[in-house]
Amino acid sequence: MIAFWIVALFALVGALVVVLHRNPVYSALGLVLTLFQVAVLFALLDAPLLALLQVMVYAGAIVVLFLFVIMLLSLEPEKRLAAPFPVAVAGLVLAATLGFGLVVSGTLPLRSGVPSRLPADFGSPESLATNLFTKHQLPFELTSVLLLVAVVGAVVLARRRS
Amino acid sequence: MEVFFSLAKIVVAFVIILQLTLLLLWVERKGSALIQDRVGANRANLFGGLLPFNLGIVNTWMADPLKLFHKEDIVPTEADHFLHWLAPFVAIVPLFVTFAVIPFGDVLRVGGYTIDLVAAPIPASVLFVLAMASLAVYGVVIGGWASNSRYSFLGGVRGTAQMISYELALSLSIVSVVLTFGTFDLQEIARAQGQLIWGVIPAWGVFYQPVALILLFIAGMAESKRAPFDLPEAESEIVAGFFTEYSGSKLSVFMMADFVEIGIVAALVTTLFFGGWQVPWLGREGFQFPGGFAIALPSLVVTLLQFVAFLVKLFVFCWLQILVRWSLPRMRYDHLMAFGWKRLLPLGLVNVGLTAVLVLLFDGWTVK
Repeated sequence: MIAFWIVALFALVGALVVVLHRNPVYSALGLVLTLFQVAVLFALLDAPLLALLQVMVYAGAIVVLFLFVIMLLSLEPEKRLAAPFPVAVAGLVLAATLGFGLVVSGTLPLRSGVPSRLPADFGSPESLATNLFTKHQLPFELTSVLLLVAVVGAVVLARRRS
Repeated sequence: MEVFFSLAKIVVAFVIILQLTLLLLWVERKGSALIQDRVGANRANLFGGLLPFNLGIVNTWMADPLKLFHKEDIVPTEADHFLHWLAPFVAIVPLFVTFAVIPFGDVLRVGGYTIDLVAAPIPASVLFVLAMASLAVYGVVIGGWASNSRYSFLGGVRGTAQMISYELALSLSIVSVVLTFGTFDLQEIARAQGQLIWGVIPAWGVFYQPVALILLFIAGMAESKRAPFDLPEAESEIVAGFFTEYSGSKLSVFMMADFVEIGIVAALVTTLFFGGWQVPWLGREGFQFPGGFAIALPSLVVTLLQFVAFLVKLFVFCWLQILVRWSLPRMRYDHLMAFGWKRLLPLGLVNVGLTAVLVLLFDGWTVK
Protein backbone atom coordinates (compact mmCIF):
# COMPACT_ATOMS: atom_id res chain seq x y z
CA MET A 1 0.00 0.00 0.00
CA ILE A 2 2.85 2.38 0.82
CA ALA A 3 4.45 1.39 -2.47
CA PHE A 4 1.22 2.27 -4.25
CA TRP A 5 1.11 5.79 -2.80
CA ILE A 6 4.76 6.47 -3.64
CA VAL A 7 4.34 5.20 -7.18
CA ALA A 8 1.07 7.07 -7.65
CA LEU A 9 2.70 10.28 -6.42
CA PHE A 10 5.55 9.97 -8.93
CA ALA A 11 3.10 9.11 -11.71
CA LEU A 12 1.13 12.27 -10.96
CA VAL A 13 4.28 14.39 -10.83
CA GLY A 14 5.29 13.01 -14.23
CA ALA A 15 1.85 13.70 -15.64
CA LEU A 16 1.90 17.28 -14.35
CA VAL A 17 5.35 17.81 -15.89
CA VAL A 18 3.99 16.61 -19.24
CA VAL A 19 1.20 19.16 -19.20
CA LEU A 20 2.76 22.12 -17.43
CA HIS A 21 6.43 22.23 -18.43
CA ARG A 22 7.25 24.65 -21.19
CA ASN A 23 10.13 22.67 -22.62
CA PRO A 24 8.88 19.81 -24.84
CA VAL A 25 11.91 17.67 -23.96
CA TYR A 26 10.97 17.81 -20.28
CA SER A 27 7.39 17.00 -21.18
CA ALA A 28 8.49 13.89 -23.04
CA LEU A 29 10.68 12.82 -20.12
CA GLY A 30 7.78 13.43 -17.73
CA LEU A 31 5.73 11.11 -19.91
CA VAL A 32 8.45 8.46 -19.56
CA LEU A 33 8.27 8.84 -15.78
CA THR A 34 4.49 8.45 -15.75
CA LEU A 35 4.54 5.44 -18.07
CA PHE A 36 7.24 3.81 -15.99
CA GLN A 37 5.28 4.34 -12.78
CA VAL A 38 2.15 2.91 -14.40
CA ALA A 39 4.28 -0.13 -15.30
CA VAL A 40 5.23 -0.44 -11.64
CA LEU A 41 1.53 -0.25 -10.75
CA PHE A 42 0.87 -3.14 -13.15
CA ALA A 43 3.62 -5.11 -11.45
CA LEU A 44 2.06 -4.39 -8.06
CA LEU A 45 -1.26 -5.70 -9.44
CA ASP A 46 0.25 -9.12 -10.22
CA ALA A 47 0.64 -8.40 -13.93
CA PRO A 48 4.44 -8.48 -14.43
CA LEU A 49 4.16 -9.27 -18.13
CA LEU A 50 2.01 -6.23 -18.78
CA ALA A 51 4.46 -4.12 -16.76
CA LEU A 52 7.43 -5.29 -18.84
CA LEU A 53 5.57 -4.79 -22.11
CA GLN A 54 4.56 -1.31 -20.99
CA VAL A 55 8.19 -0.38 -20.35
CA MET A 56 9.39 -2.00 -23.58
CA VAL A 57 6.78 -0.57 -25.92
CA TYR A 58 5.90 2.82 -24.47
CA ALA A 59 8.90 3.98 -22.47
CA GLY A 60 11.47 2.13 -24.57
CA ALA A 61 10.21 2.69 -28.09
CA ILE A 62 7.44 5.21 -28.54
CA VAL A 63 8.63 8.04 -26.30
CA VAL A 64 12.17 7.61 -27.62
CA LEU A 65 10.76 8.39 -31.05
CA PHE A 66 8.87 11.39 -29.60
CA LEU A 67 12.13 12.67 -28.14
CA PHE A 68 13.96 12.00 -31.39
CA VAL A 69 11.48 14.09 -33.35
CA ILE A 70 11.39 16.88 -30.74
CA MET A 71 15.16 17.11 -30.83
CA LEU A 72 15.44 16.97 -34.62
CA LEU A 73 12.93 19.80 -34.96
CA SER A 74 14.70 21.53 -32.04
CA LEU A 75 11.44 22.91 -30.72
CA GLU A 76 11.66 26.10 -28.74
CA PRO A 77 10.07 26.26 -25.31
CA GLU A 78 6.42 27.04 -25.97
CA LYS A 79 4.93 30.41 -25.38
CA ARG A 80 1.90 30.72 -23.16
CA LEU A 81 -1.14 31.87 -25.05
CA ALA A 82 -4.29 32.90 -23.30
CA ALA A 83 -7.03 30.64 -24.65
CA PRO A 84 -10.20 32.37 -25.89
CA PHE A 85 -12.90 32.28 -23.25
CA PRO A 86 -15.30 29.72 -24.88
CA VAL A 87 -12.41 27.32 -25.55
CA ALA A 88 -11.22 27.60 -21.96
CA VAL A 89 -14.73 26.90 -20.63
CA ALA A 90 -15.19 23.93 -22.99
CA GLY A 91 -11.84 22.48 -21.90
CA LEU A 92 -12.68 22.94 -18.25
CA VAL A 93 -16.09 21.25 -18.63
CA LEU A 94 -14.56 18.34 -20.57
CA ALA A 95 -11.79 17.84 -18.00
CA ALA A 96 -14.27 18.02 -15.12
CA THR A 97 -16.58 15.46 -16.77
CA LEU A 98 -13.72 13.05 -17.44
CA GLY A 99 -12.38 13.45 -13.93
CA PHE A 100 -15.84 12.93 -12.41
CA GLY A 101 -16.36 9.82 -14.53
CA LEU A 102 -13.00 8.38 -13.46
CA VAL A 103 -13.71 8.99 -9.79
CA VAL A 104 -17.18 7.42 -10.04
CA SER A 105 -15.98 4.35 -11.95
CA GLY A 106 -13.08 3.98 -9.54
CA THR A 107 -15.29 3.94 -6.45
CA LEU A 108 -18.03 1.65 -7.85
CA PRO A 109 -17.94 -1.93 -6.55
CA LEU A 110 -16.43 -4.52 -8.91
CA ARG A 111 -18.72 -6.27 -11.37
CA SER A 112 -20.04 -9.55 -10.02
CA GLY A 113 -18.40 -11.54 -12.83
CA VAL A 114 -14.90 -10.73 -11.60
CA PRO A 115 -13.49 -13.53 -9.43
CA SER A 116 -12.21 -12.38 -6.07
CA ARG A 117 -9.17 -14.68 -6.30
CA LEU A 118 -6.79 -14.62 -9.22
CA PRO A 119 -6.26 -17.84 -11.20
CA ALA A 120 -2.78 -19.32 -10.76
CA ASP A 121 -1.61 -18.47 -14.28
CA PHE A 122 -2.90 -14.87 -14.17
CA GLY A 123 -0.71 -12.53 -16.15
CA SER A 124 1.66 -15.25 -17.35
CA PRO A 125 2.84 -15.13 -20.98
CA GLU A 126 0.99 -18.38 -21.71
CA SER A 127 -2.41 -17.22 -20.49
CA LEU A 128 -2.03 -13.87 -22.22
CA ALA A 129 -1.12 -15.52 -25.52
CA THR A 130 -3.93 -18.09 -25.25
CA ASN A 131 -6.49 -15.36 -24.65
CA LEU A 132 -5.08 -13.11 -27.33
CA PHE A 133 -4.90 -15.72 -30.07
CA THR A 134 -8.14 -17.61 -29.34
CA LYS A 135 -10.76 -15.52 -27.56
CA HIS A 136 -9.69 -12.15 -28.92
CA GLN A 137 -8.40 -13.25 -32.30
CA LEU A 138 -10.58 -10.89 -34.35
CA PRO A 139 -9.73 -7.65 -32.50
CA PHE A 140 -6.08 -8.67 -32.59
CA GLU A 141 -6.11 -9.13 -36.37
CA LEU A 142 -8.06 -5.91 -36.85
CA THR A 143 -5.48 -4.03 -34.82
CA SER A 144 -2.68 -5.42 -36.93
CA VAL A 145 -4.51 -4.34 -40.10
CA LEU A 146 -4.91 -0.88 -38.59
CA LEU A 147 -1.19 -0.71 -37.83
CA LEU A 148 -0.39 -1.86 -41.37
CA VAL A 149 -2.56 0.92 -42.77
CA ALA A 150 -0.72 3.40 -40.56
CA VAL A 151 2.65 2.15 -41.80
CA VAL A 152 1.58 2.36 -45.45
CA GLY A 153 0.19 5.83 -44.82
CA ALA A 154 3.46 6.98 -43.27
CA VAL A 155 5.45 5.67 -46.24
CA VAL A 156 3.10 7.34 -48.74
CA LEU A 157 3.31 10.68 -46.91
CA ALA A 158 7.11 10.50 -46.73
CA ARG A 159 7.39 9.62 -50.42
CA ARG A 160 5.12 12.40 -51.63
CA ARG A 161 7.32 15.18 -50.34
CA SER A 162 10.45 13.98 -52.14
CA MET B 1 17.24 -16.27 6.32
CA GLU B 2 15.52 -15.86 2.97
CA VAL B 3 16.20 -12.13 3.08
CA PHE B 4 19.83 -12.78 3.87
CA PHE B 5 20.19 -15.11 0.87
CA SER B 6 18.50 -12.59 -1.41
CA LEU B 7 20.84 -9.85 -0.23
CA ALA B 8 23.86 -12.12 -0.68
CA LYS B 9 22.82 -12.93 -4.25
CA ILE B 10 22.34 -9.25 -5.06
CA VAL B 11 25.80 -8.51 -3.68
CA VAL B 12 27.32 -11.33 -5.76
CA ALA B 13 25.69 -10.10 -8.99
CA PHE B 14 26.73 -6.51 -8.25
CA VAL B 15 30.31 -7.46 -7.41
CA ILE B 16 30.57 -9.52 -10.61
CA ILE B 17 29.56 -6.59 -12.78
CA LEU B 18 31.64 -4.01 -10.89
CA GLN B 19 34.77 -6.13 -10.96
CA LEU B 20 34.13 -6.98 -14.58
CA THR B 21 34.16 -3.30 -15.54
CA LEU B 22 37.48 -2.85 -13.77
CA LEU B 23 38.96 -5.92 -15.43
CA LEU B 24 37.66 -4.83 -18.83
CA LEU B 25 39.23 -1.41 -18.39
CA TRP B 26 42.57 -3.14 -17.96
CA VAL B 27 41.99 -5.54 -20.85
CA GLU B 28 40.88 -2.68 -23.06
CA ARG B 29 43.98 -0.61 -22.42
CA LYS B 30 46.60 -3.32 -22.28
CA GLY B 31 44.88 -5.55 -24.84
CA SER B 32 44.51 -2.77 -27.39
CA ALA B 33 48.21 -2.04 -26.89
CA LEU B 34 49.01 -5.69 -27.63
CA ILE B 35 46.84 -5.63 -30.75
CA GLN B 36 48.36 -2.40 -32.02
CA ASP B 37 51.92 -3.40 -31.12
CA ARG B 38 52.26 -0.67 -28.49
CA VAL B 39 53.50 -0.92 -24.92
CA GLY B 40 50.32 0.46 -23.35
CA ALA B 41 49.82 1.50 -19.74
CA ASN B 42 53.25 1.12 -18.10
CA ARG B 43 53.82 3.98 -15.63
CA ALA B 44 52.91 2.94 -12.11
CA ASN B 45 54.28 -0.46 -11.19
CA LEU B 46 53.60 -2.98 -8.45
CA PHE B 47 56.31 -3.30 -5.79
CA GLY B 48 58.16 -0.21 -7.00
CA GLY B 49 59.49 -1.71 -10.21
CA LEU B 50 61.02 -4.81 -8.60
CA LEU B 51 59.21 -6.99 -11.12
CA PRO B 52 60.87 -7.29 -14.54
CA PHE B 53 57.54 -6.69 -16.36
CA ASN B 54 54.78 -4.14 -15.87
CA LEU B 55 51.24 -5.27 -16.57
CA GLY B 56 49.81 -1.81 -16.01
CA ILE B 57 47.48 -3.08 -13.33
CA VAL B 58 48.15 -0.19 -10.97
CA ASN B 59 47.51 2.30 -13.80
CA THR B 60 44.18 0.92 -14.82
CA TRP B 61 42.81 -0.35 -11.51
CA MET B 62 43.77 2.50 -9.25
CA ALA B 63 45.32 5.47 -11.04
CA ASP B 64 42.74 5.75 -13.83
CA PRO B 65 39.57 5.68 -11.71
CA LEU B 66 41.13 7.85 -8.98
CA LYS B 67 42.25 10.42 -11.53
CA LEU B 68 38.82 10.48 -13.15
CA PHE B 69 36.98 10.90 -9.88
CA HIS B 70 39.24 13.74 -8.80
CA LYS B 71 38.93 15.78 -11.96
CA GLU B 72 36.90 18.94 -11.94
CA ASP B 73 33.30 18.47 -12.95
CA ILE B 74 32.70 20.97 -15.74
CA VAL B 75 29.19 21.78 -16.89
CA PRO B 76 28.81 24.04 -19.94
CA THR B 77 27.13 27.36 -19.09
CA GLU B 78 24.41 26.96 -21.68
CA ALA B 79 23.74 23.33 -20.76
CA ASP B 80 20.55 22.16 -19.13
CA HIS B 81 22.01 21.58 -15.68
CA PHE B 82 19.41 19.19 -14.31
CA LEU B 83 19.38 16.86 -17.31
CA HIS B 84 23.15 17.12 -17.70
CA TRP B 85 23.41 15.83 -14.13
CA LEU B 86 20.73 13.19 -14.65
CA ALA B 87 22.01 11.60 -17.88
CA PRO B 88 24.88 9.46 -16.50
CA PHE B 89 22.57 7.88 -13.93
CA VAL B 90 19.89 7.21 -16.52
CA ALA B 91 22.58 5.60 -18.66
CA ILE B 92 23.91 3.22 -16.03
CA VAL B 93 21.00 2.22 -13.76
CA PRO B 94 19.05 0.10 -16.30
CA LEU B 95 22.29 -1.70 -17.16
CA PHE B 96 23.12 -2.59 -13.56
CA VAL B 97 19.57 -3.75 -12.98
CA THR B 98 19.72 -6.00 -16.04
CA PHE B 99 22.45 -8.04 -14.43
CA ALA B 100 20.09 -8.99 -11.61
CA VAL B 101 18.22 -11.50 -13.80
CA ILE B 102 21.31 -13.24 -15.23
CA PRO B 103 21.69 -16.66 -13.54
CA PHE B 104 25.21 -17.38 -12.28
CA GLY B 105 24.64 -20.91 -10.99
CA ASP B 106 22.06 -23.67 -10.65
CA VAL B 107 20.84 -24.22 -7.10
CA LEU B 108 22.90 -24.29 -3.95
CA ARG B 109 21.79 -26.53 -1.10
CA VAL B 110 22.98 -25.30 2.27
CA GLY B 111 21.61 -26.64 5.55
CA GLY B 112 18.14 -27.46 4.29
CA TYR B 113 17.81 -24.37 2.12
CA THR B 114 17.70 -24.55 -1.66
CA ILE B 115 18.92 -21.29 -3.16
CA ASP B 116 18.20 -20.43 -6.78
CA LEU B 117 21.39 -18.72 -7.91
CA VAL B 118 19.96 -15.71 -9.71
CA ALA B 119 19.70 -12.35 -7.97
CA ALA B 120 16.12 -11.63 -9.07
CA PRO B 121 14.21 -14.81 -9.98
CA ILE B 122 11.37 -13.28 -12.02
CA PRO B 123 9.43 -15.48 -14.48
CA ALA B 124 9.75 -13.35 -17.63
CA SER B 125 13.40 -12.39 -17.21
CA VAL B 126 14.08 -12.38 -20.96
CA LEU B 127 11.51 -9.62 -21.38
CA PHE B 128 13.03 -7.81 -18.42
CA VAL B 129 16.39 -7.74 -20.21
CA LEU B 130 14.77 -6.35 -23.35
CA ALA B 131 12.81 -3.74 -21.39
CA MET B 132 15.90 -2.50 -19.59
CA ALA B 133 17.94 -2.53 -22.81
CA SER B 134 15.32 -0.32 -24.40
CA LEU B 135 15.61 2.15 -21.50
CA ALA B 136 19.39 2.41 -21.85
CA VAL B 137 18.97 4.68 -24.86
CA TYR B 138 17.73 7.54 -22.65
CA GLY B 139 21.18 8.16 -21.21
CA VAL B 140 22.49 8.79 -24.71
CA VAL B 141 19.56 10.96 -25.75
CA ILE B 142 19.48 13.09 -22.61
CA GLY B 143 23.26 13.41 -22.41
CA GLY B 144 23.49 14.50 -26.03
CA TRP B 145 20.71 17.01 -25.77
CA ALA B 146 21.40 18.49 -22.35
CA SER B 147 25.03 19.35 -23.16
CA ASN B 148 23.82 21.96 -25.64
CA SER B 149 26.76 21.32 -27.94
CA ARG B 150 26.62 20.43 -31.62
CA TYR B 151 28.95 17.46 -31.28
CA SER B 152 27.07 16.02 -28.33
CA PHE B 153 23.77 16.53 -30.10
CA LEU B 154 24.99 14.76 -33.25
CA GLY B 155 26.23 11.89 -31.11
CA GLY B 156 22.94 11.69 -29.27
CA VAL B 157 20.86 11.63 -32.45
CA ARG B 158 23.13 9.07 -34.06
CA GLY B 159 23.02 6.92 -30.95
CA THR B 160 19.23 7.03 -30.74
CA ALA B 161 18.72 6.02 -34.36
CA GLN B 162 21.30 3.26 -34.11
CA MET B 163 20.02 1.79 -30.87
CA ILE B 164 16.39 1.79 -32.01
CA SER B 165 17.34 0.12 -35.29
CA TYR B 166 19.45 -2.65 -33.82
CA GLU B 167 17.08 -3.33 -30.94
CA LEU B 168 14.79 -5.05 -33.47
CA ALA B 169 17.43 -7.54 -34.58
CA LEU B 170 18.39 -8.10 -30.96
CA SER B 171 14.81 -8.83 -29.92
CA LEU B 172 14.19 -11.12 -32.89
CA SER B 173 17.27 -13.21 -32.14
CA ILE B 174 16.14 -13.58 -28.53
CA VAL B 175 12.60 -14.48 -29.66
CA SER B 176 13.90 -17.43 -31.66
CA VAL B 177 15.81 -18.70 -28.63
CA VAL B 178 12.68 -18.33 -26.48
CA LEU B 179 10.72 -20.32 -29.10
CA THR B 180 13.37 -23.03 -29.09
CA PHE B 181 13.38 -23.57 -25.35
CA GLY B 182 9.73 -22.67 -24.76
CA THR B 183 10.30 -20.40 -21.76
CA PHE B 184 10.85 -16.72 -20.94
CA ASP B 185 12.94 -17.56 -17.90
CA LEU B 186 16.72 -17.21 -18.35
CA GLN B 187 17.36 -19.67 -15.51
CA GLU B 188 15.07 -22.25 -17.17
CA ILE B 189 16.82 -21.67 -20.50
CA ALA B 190 20.17 -22.26 -18.82
CA ARG B 191 18.84 -25.43 -17.16
CA ALA B 192 17.41 -26.77 -20.44
CA GLN B 193 20.91 -26.59 -21.90
CA GLY B 194 22.15 -29.16 -19.39
CA GLN B 195 20.72 -32.00 -21.51
CA LEU B 196 22.82 -33.96 -24.01
CA ILE B 197 22.29 -34.31 -27.77
CA TRP B 198 22.69 -37.99 -28.73
CA GLY B 199 23.91 -38.51 -25.21
CA VAL B 200 27.24 -36.81 -25.93
CA ILE B 201 27.12 -33.15 -26.96
CA PRO B 202 25.83 -30.62 -24.42
CA ALA B 203 22.50 -29.24 -25.72
CA TRP B 204 23.70 -25.65 -25.84
CA GLY B 205 21.70 -23.03 -27.71
CA VAL B 206 24.46 -22.48 -30.24
CA PHE B 207 23.73 -25.89 -31.79
CA TYR B 208 20.05 -25.05 -32.23
CA GLN B 209 20.24 -21.35 -33.06
CA PRO B 210 23.57 -20.50 -34.73
CA VAL B 211 21.99 -17.70 -36.78
CA ALA B 212 20.44 -16.15 -33.69
CA LEU B 213 23.85 -16.20 -32.02
CA ILE B 214 25.41 -14.19 -34.85
CA LEU B 215 22.46 -11.79 -34.85
CA LEU B 216 22.60 -11.29 -31.10
CA PHE B 217 26.33 -10.73 -31.09
CA ILE B 218 26.28 -8.16 -33.90
CA ALA B 219 23.16 -6.36 -32.67
CA GLY B 220 24.48 -6.44 -29.11
CA MET B 221 27.73 -4.81 -30.17
CA ALA B 222 25.73 -2.16 -32.00
CA GLU B 223 23.61 -1.58 -28.89
CA SER B 224 26.73 -1.13 -26.81
CA LYS B 225 28.07 1.41 -29.33
CA ARG B 226 31.40 -0.31 -29.87
CA ALA B 227 33.48 -0.13 -33.04
CA PRO B 228 32.62 -0.94 -35.81
CA PHE B 229 29.35 0.59 -34.58
CA ASP B 230 30.82 3.47 -32.57
CA LEU B 231 29.29 6.29 -34.59
CA PRO B 232 27.60 7.90 -31.56
CA GLU B 233 31.02 8.54 -30.03
CA ALA B 234 33.23 8.55 -33.11
CA GLU B 235 36.39 10.30 -31.86
CA SER B 236 37.71 11.31 -35.24
CA GLU B 237 34.44 12.90 -36.35
CA ILE B 238 32.49 14.34 -33.44
CA VAL B 239 35.06 14.52 -30.59
CA ALA B 240 33.41 12.07 -28.19
CA GLY B 241 29.80 12.17 -29.27
CA PHE B 242 27.14 12.37 -26.64
CA PHE B 243 29.58 12.64 -23.74
CA THR B 244 31.84 15.31 -25.25
CA GLU B 245 30.82 17.85 -22.60
CA TYR B 246 31.27 15.52 -19.66
CA SER B 247 34.26 15.34 -17.39
CA GLY B 248 35.39 13.84 -14.13
CA SER B 249 33.21 11.32 -12.40
CA LYS B 250 30.26 11.80 -14.74
CA LEU B 251 32.47 10.89 -17.68
CA SER B 252 33.70 7.84 -15.83
CA VAL B 253 30.09 6.74 -15.26
CA PHE B 254 29.47 6.91 -19.01
CA MET B 255 32.63 4.89 -19.65
CA MET B 256 31.57 2.39 -17.01
CA ALA B 257 28.18 2.07 -18.75
CA ASP B 258 30.06 1.09 -21.90
CA PHE B 259 31.86 -1.72 -20.10
CA VAL B 260 28.71 -2.89 -18.34
CA GLU B 261 27.03 -3.12 -21.73
CA ILE B 262 29.85 -5.33 -22.99
CA GLY B 263 29.31 -7.48 -19.92
CA ILE B 264 25.57 -7.73 -20.53
CA VAL B 265 26.00 -8.74 -24.17
CA ALA B 266 28.54 -11.35 -23.08
CA ALA B 267 26.21 -12.59 -20.32
CA LEU B 268 23.32 -12.90 -22.77
CA VAL B 269 25.44 -14.78 -25.31
CA THR B 270 26.67 -17.05 -22.52
CA THR B 271 23.24 -17.73 -21.03
CA LEU B 272 21.26 -18.13 -24.24
CA PHE B 273 23.77 -19.96 -26.42
CA PHE B 274 26.56 -21.46 -24.33
CA GLY B 275 24.71 -22.97 -21.42
CA GLY B 276 25.19 -20.12 -18.95
CA TRP B 277 26.67 -21.70 -15.84
CA GLN B 278 26.58 -25.23 -17.34
CA VAL B 279 29.78 -27.26 -17.24
CA PRO B 280 29.58 -30.05 -19.84
CA TRP B 281 28.42 -33.32 -18.24
CA LEU B 282 28.22 -31.78 -14.77
CA GLY B 283 24.88 -32.43 -13.09
CA ARG B 284 23.66 -31.53 -9.61
CA GLU B 285 25.20 -34.68 -8.14
CA GLY B 286 28.56 -34.48 -9.94
CA PHE B 287 30.07 -35.40 -13.30
CA GLN B 288 28.21 -37.89 -15.51
CA PHE B 289 30.47 -38.60 -18.48
CA PRO B 290 28.95 -40.14 -21.65
CA GLY B 291 30.78 -43.46 -21.20
CA GLY B 292 28.90 -44.16 -17.96
CA PHE B 293 31.82 -42.93 -15.90
CA ALA B 294 30.73 -40.70 -13.01
CA ILE B 295 32.30 -38.62 -10.26
CA ALA B 296 30.09 -37.65 -7.33
CA LEU B 297 30.66 -34.13 -5.99
CA PRO B 298 29.11 -32.22 -3.07
CA SER B 299 26.65 -29.44 -3.90
CA LEU B 300 29.06 -26.69 -2.88
CA VAL B 301 31.80 -27.90 -5.24
CA VAL B 302 29.31 -28.25 -8.10
CA THR B 303 28.10 -24.70 -7.52
CA LEU B 304 31.65 -23.36 -7.41
CA LEU B 305 32.52 -25.12 -10.67
CA GLN B 306 29.40 -23.69 -12.30
CA PHE B 307 30.17 -20.22 -11.03
CA VAL B 308 33.71 -20.38 -12.39
CA ALA B 309 32.41 -21.74 -15.72
CA PHE B 310 29.99 -18.81 -15.95
CA LEU B 311 32.74 -16.29 -15.26
CA VAL B 312 35.10 -17.89 -17.77
CA LYS B 313 32.48 -17.90 -20.53
CA LEU B 314 31.47 -14.35 -19.65
CA PHE B 315 35.04 -13.20 -19.90
CA VAL B 316 35.72 -15.00 -23.19
CA PHE B 317 32.84 -13.16 -24.87
CA CYS B 318 33.89 -9.83 -23.36
CA TRP B 319 37.36 -10.38 -24.77
CA LEU B 320 35.90 -11.30 -28.15
CA GLN B 321 34.05 -7.97 -28.27
CA ILE B 322 37.16 -6.04 -27.39
CA LEU B 323 39.06 -7.97 -30.06
CA VAL B 324 36.44 -7.04 -32.65
CA ARG B 325 36.52 -3.43 -31.52
CA TRP B 326 40.24 -3.08 -32.08
CA SER B 327 40.24 -5.03 -35.35
CA LEU B 328 37.48 -3.55 -37.48
CA PRO B 329 37.19 0.01 -38.82
CA ARG B 330 34.11 2.15 -38.24
CA MET B 331 31.15 1.71 -40.57
CA ARG B 332 29.77 4.52 -42.68
CA TYR B 333 26.44 5.82 -41.37
CA ASP B 334 24.28 4.80 -44.33
CA HIS B 335 25.94 1.36 -44.36
CA LEU B 336 25.13 1.04 -40.68
CA MET B 337 21.43 1.76 -41.22
CA ALA B 338 21.21 -0.38 -44.34
CA PHE B 339 22.94 -3.27 -42.58
CA GLY B 340 20.56 -3.11 -39.63
CA TRP B 341 17.32 -2.73 -41.55
CA LYS B 342 18.02 -4.59 -44.80
CA ARG B 343 20.25 -7.45 -43.63
CA LEU B 344 19.87 -8.20 -39.92
CA LEU B 345 16.13 -7.54 -39.63
CA PRO B 346 15.04 -9.80 -42.53
CA LEU B 347 17.51 -12.45 -41.39
CA GLY B 348 16.04 -12.31 -37.91
CA LEU B 349 12.47 -12.54 -39.23
CA VAL B 350 13.33 -15.55 -41.40
CA ASN B 351 15.05 -17.17 -38.45
CA VAL B 352 12.03 -16.67 -36.19
CA GLY B 353 9.69 -18.05 -38.88
CA LEU B 354 11.90 -21.05 -39.49
CA THR B 355 12.18 -21.76 -35.77
CA ALA B 356 8.41 -21.54 -35.35
CA VAL B 357 7.90 -24.02 -38.21
CA LEU B 358 10.47 -26.40 -36.72
CA VAL B 359 8.89 -26.20 -33.28
CA LEU B 360 5.45 -26.89 -34.78
CA LEU B 361 6.56 -29.74 -37.05
CA PHE B 362 8.89 -31.54 -34.68
CA ASP B 363 7.54 -30.88 -31.25
CA GLY B 364 10.54 -31.56 -29.09
CA TRP B 365 13.27 -31.13 -31.70
CA THR B 366 15.30 -29.93 -28.77
CA VAL B 367 16.34 -32.47 -26.18
CA LYS B 368 13.88 -32.32 -23.28
